[in-house]
Amino acid sequence: MARKITYQQAINEALDQEMSRDPTVIVMGEDNAGGAGAPGEDDAWGGVLGVTKGLYHKHPGRVLDTPISESGFIGAAVGAACNGLRPVAELMFVDFLGVCLDQIFNQAAKFRYMFGGKAKTPVVIRTMYGAGFRAAAQHSQCLYNIFTHIPGLKVVVPSNPYDAKGLLIQSIRDNDPVIFMEHKVLYTMQGEVPEESYAIPFGEANVLREGHDVTVVAIGRMVNFASEAAAAAQKKGVHCEVIDPRTTSPLDEDTLLESVEKTGRLVVVDESHPRCSMASDIAGLVAQKAFGALKAPIEQVTAPHVPVPFSDALEDLYVPGAARIEAAIMKVREYR
Amino acid sequence: MTTTLNREDLLRAYRTMRTIREFEERVHTDFASGEIPGFVHLYAGEEASATGVCMHLERKDYIASTHRGHGHCIAKGVDPVGMMAEIWGKATGTCKGKGGSMHIADLSVGMLGANGIVGGGGPLICGTALAGKLKADQSVGVCFFGDGASNQGTIFEAMNLATVWNLPAIFVAENNGYAEATASNFSVACDNIADRASAFGMPGVIVDGFDFFAVHEAAGEAIERARNGGGPTLLEVKLSRYFGHFEGDQQTYRAPGEVQKLRETRDCLLQFRRRVTASGDLTHDQLDAIDADIKALIDDSVVRAKADPKPAAADLMTDVYVSY
Ligand SMILES: Cc1ncc(C[n+]2csc(CCOP(=O)(O)OP(=O)(O)O)c2C)c(N)n1
Ligand SMILES: [Mg+2]
Repeated sequence: MARKITYQQAINEALDQEMSRDPTVIVMGEDNAGGAGAPGEDDAWGGVLGVTKGLYHKHPGRVLDTPISESGFIGAAVGAACNGLRPVAELMFVDFLGVCLDQIFNQAAKFRYMFGGKAKTPVVIRTMYGAGFRAAAQHSQCLYNIFTHIPGLKVVVPSNPYDAKGLLIQSIRDNDPVIFMEHKVLYTMQGEVPEESYAIPFGEANVLREGHDVTVVAIGRMVNFASEAAAAAQKKGVHCEVIDPRTTSPLDEDTLLESVEKTGRLVVVDESHPRCSMASDIAGLVAQKAFGALKAPIEQVTAPHVPVPFSDALEDLYVPGAARIEAAIMKVREYR
Repeated sequence: MTTTLNREDLLRAYRTMRTIREFEERVHTDFASGEIPGFVHLYAGEEASATGVCMHLERKDYIASTHRGHGHCIAKGVDPVGMMAEIWGKATGTCKGKGGSMHIADLSVGMLGANGIVGGGGPLICGTALAGKLKADQSVGVCFFGDGASNQGTIFEAMNLATVWNLPAIFVAENNGYAEATASNFSVACDNIADRASAFGMPGVIVDGFDFFAVHEAAGEAIERARNGGGPTLLEVKLSRYFGHFEGDQQTYRAPGEVQKLRETRDCLLQFRRRVTASGDLTHDQLDAIDADIKALIDDSVVRAKADPKPAAADLMTDVYVSY
């Protein structure tokens, strides 16, 4: 039975159901319970924004609070994955990647290949990304493109509650290291989510809207703005096909390419900076593999090549929105 | 009283602590009314630490701060008016509204920045100290960090490096008992953070962070040693934060009445006032005058911050080597 819950509740539910189903699943991170060693309530926080709240009491001994030692505990999660557990480690903000990257990209990502296929590293790293909270340059980045660059990692970027649950369950069951990206602004987003457990396979894009004029590919939070822009364009008689790849690695190339074969026009929307982004990556892919179908130059709608500013006046300009996407749609549509 | 501080020093110390307190209480109020954006971590309760340490510092000395940085900024001489504007996201802010509460910095007064990355300051302060050492300008670097940050690899690496290179660096661990909701008696495996100093081959000192005079004295020794080529020190200051981890934190992990009791019995401003008036060094009138003065200053900073313009659209693309 489906009912409306938030993105945040969907993530909590996925963790809860997988922990119930599989005793090897553990959860760890800073304040994932909260209150460790303190005189007041235990499970006081359930993560900095309450995403893991309640799991500590439901699954005794399997929600571990950690010191602020990301290199230490993210690495420990990787090691535990090599030894039979399925840890879900939380890197509170993806921006903190800087203090633990080695354990992710030189260790976890490399094992299966480097050890000749003999290792299995079923670790999930959940992490919060994105601008919109006035959280400034060190708490607002996207960075999924950096993970996507690294062979051996799978990268998941859910745009709504339904996908968040199904993709997290898949992430936990997957035998490779998975980076699970949660947009902080989406935590309060409501959506229909089945109560029962379900997994959404990786590498299968979601086509949110079908159309024959312009293909709009968007990542994470941007999917929602893309839908908004497509609805506005529709009123002007422009029919967009909106595609959410859902995972950037693996990437569902076929769905993207088939759509561009049909429309001949592409807008790619990505909250990252423009260079070496998912936008430039997808644009490159389409330019190479669907060159003959293109009727207009590809438009990339991204954040600018600057760190994320604090002031609301600047951050609101920084984040791509529906108006910019709609303008890009009209531009590629009108190109002759 | 047993202090080398003269009357002027005492007035300066009180003024600094009062400025920090007033600033933080005011930000707390304005945040609650929904006027201040973003994440804000307040330093109220910990004033004696920043003040007791920074009283010994000169402009050429650098400090590195934390996410809880307002107090360090004020104690190192950053203009509170610019800070308030920064927190309100205004173009007139210390960082033109681009950094916000967690990134206030003013290199012209040796303030290398609050820091959004826990433990980010340790390595940086090794660098400023190295530069001071190579320039032979007798400067020092001070890294403030929390009990939570004390478990970060960057801090361990920095402390080792500081001893290996015999740097004029001081590591000030502000142990307020919590890192977010997690208690330091859970996250720090040994009894005291200062106990770790011997592992890095440096002196470790524990000091009562509610007592300005104790901090001032201990910091003075460490800083003098560093200035004279004696190398780094780890100073653990035991104190408490009066507000939540950040504004909006319900603090259910704390014991009921925990903060109230500290405010009433151990508050650094209260203790300071008692001590200097009992000794006859200063009068209540003198201190009250400072209180009134600071209140006016902070009120004014808010009035100005509210009225100041936000950054212009073009500012989005400046201050980076290339933008597009
Ligand atoms: C590398 C990194 N990890 C985690 C965080 C999130 N975080 C911000 S402050 C904080 C707690 C810091 O505790 P402590 O060092 O004791 O300083 P306090 O807040 O008590 O002043 C945490 C976990 C961060 N900003 N950076
Ligand atoms: Mg602390």
